[in-house]
Amino acid sequence: MKTAIRFKDVSKIYSLKSGDVIALDHVSLSIDEGEFIAIMGPSGSGKSTLLNMMGCLDTPTDGEVFISDQNIGEMSDDQLTILRRRHLGFIFQQFNLIPLLSAIENVRLPLILNGGSDVCTDRCRNILSAVGISEERLEHKPSELSGGQQQRVAIARALINNPEILLADEPTGNLDTKTGAQIMDLLSHLRKEEGKTIIMVTHDPTLSRYADRVINIVDGRIQ
Amino acid sequence: MNRPIFLLFAVRNLRLHWLRSLLAMIGIIIGVVAITSMGILGSSLVLSISEDLTTVGDTIVVIPHTGGSAMGRGGGIASDDLITSRQLERITRASVPHTVIPVYSGGERIRVGGETGYAALYGMRTSDVPLLLELSDGQYLRGASGAMVGPRLAETYSMKTGSRFSIGAFGQSLRVVGILEERGMGFDINSDNAVIVSDRWFESTYSPTGYDSVIVKVRSLEEIEGVKESIEKSLNRRETEVDVYDTRAILSTILETFGRISTFTIAIGGISLIVAGVSIFNVMMMSVMERYREIGVLRSIGCLRREIRRMFFYESLLLGIAGSLVGGLLSVAGGYVALLIMLENTSYLLAPSSLIYIPIGMVFGVGTSVLSGLYPAWKASEANPIEALRHE
Repeated sequence: MKTAIRFKDVSKIYSLKSGDVIALDHVSLSIDEGEFIAIMGPSGSGKSTLLNMMGCLDTPTDGEVFISDQNIGEMSDDQLTILRRRHLGFIFQQFNLIPLLSAIENVRLPLILNGGSDVCTDRCRNILSAVGISEERLEHKPSELSGGQQQRVAIARALINNPEILLADEPTGNLDTKTGAQIMDLLSHLRKEEGKTIIMVTHDPTLSRYADRVINIVDGRIQ
Repeated sequence: MNRPIFLLFAVRNLRLHWLRSLLAMIGIIIGVVAITSMGILGSSLVLSISEDLTTVGDTIVVIPHTGGSAMGRGGGIASDDLITSRQLERITRASVPHTVIPVYSGGERIRVGGETGYAALYGMRTSDVPLLLELSDGQYLRGASGAMVGPRLAETYSMKTGSRFSIGAFGQSLRVVGILEERGMGFDINSDNAVIVSDRWFESTYSPTGYDSVIVKVRSLEEIEGVKESIEKSLNRRETEVDVYDTRAILSTILETFGRISTFTIAIGGISLIVAGVSIFNVMMMSVMERYREIGVLRSIGCLRREIRRMFFYESLLLGIAGSLVGGLLSVAGGYVALLIMLENTSYLLAPSSLIYIPIGMVFGVGTSVLSGLYPAWKASEANPIEALRHE
């Protein structure tokens, strides 16, 4: 099994006026391709920092982080952005669709950023229908969609460039239980059928049953 | 890489906040109209002035050192400050081989039919008249009798070739032999409202002791400086006897002055463009702050810093282009109004040197918006994606 993500003795220290804050304290971990990982822990435990680092939005103060075998500590901002674009998909608690764009345009956006033409609507349509968005909603703006629909569009957007790794930050946090369960089923389907590596941060212990492995983090340390 | 998606973002965001965009655009429109109308006004001012002036640059005017300026002569015949025939000889020698035209000047009452009035009077050698003035009707002076009249004077008193009028306190009668071509305001003589008589008639009537001015027609512009120096050297070595003016220098001084006035008015117009720039800056900063979270999302799904920059840059560019286009169109009307109020003459509105201010104003308009958009765009691109994503 190939390793998708590897942390080698990683520390992250934020320097604030009130003193240094240790967000990650000598963390080492390794996640294989195709694993479904749940990261759990109390607020301020460092799980967001862990996820941000996996998402190449943050770089370590100490230690090394490898995403798809690339050491992110040695990469420029542009290189990290290209890495995100090609290998990572983000799913947020707040859905975070671009309000100016319609559902299908939101999905098409990463494709265009990746140098694709803006007429590849077939792929967008297929992915949107695969995540359960019906044809007549394609031209709707995010504000005209329900929370569940928005999250489905967001998942389609995360999938469009066919990334190996999906990063989900409380993906069901803003949804009711029933819709949340549907989204979780969709994620585990993606892992099973398409072999995506999925890393999910959550507060909700009931969601851990979807995961192959749970990483508990407290005070910047893995328990 | 061609990514029209960022242009699309800009267009949609401007449309979404249409009132804000419109207000920012109006700022640019006003700025462009202000600059352009002021430019048109200045250019028309220069054009109208230079058309009024006789633009011959090949003339040197010599006048006695004291007693009136080059442009204010014709006040009285009894002036003591005249150019004597000895001085004239020295001027002639200094100016060889150029043409020297001594001129008597004065003013006198005239009477045409029942009307009386006052006219400038110039006495010249009859052979010199064709060198200086153009004829529009009749013929040039030949003998000692007869007179030529300027076109405006002829119009005022309805004089034609062959008309008679009387001049002076004793009512000497003169016949109009020719009407002059309109010449505009000159630095040498102002003939449009004048009566031109022969030097012999002038001498026998007034017995002057010298000439009021001497005009030297120089063959080519390059020689003006040399002739001027030579006259100065010949007459003004010991004491300043005469003042020597060359019309080209006077003309360029006047045009330069008006050029400065016009630059100043454009600068005032520029202030309104600066205000417009501040308002664009403000709108762009608002746009960046409002969409801070969106910037975070875009960064996380793979937008490069320069792509974020471009997205906001397009917004200010579009505002600038739209504002400048409308401003450019409106400034034709703005220029018209400015000319109507300030010059009461709109005939120079469509002159190329006026119209050039429209593209200039538009370039300044676009430039101002682009400059105002630079910092907000940079600010947006420098946003930390993690902080931006957390932004509410």
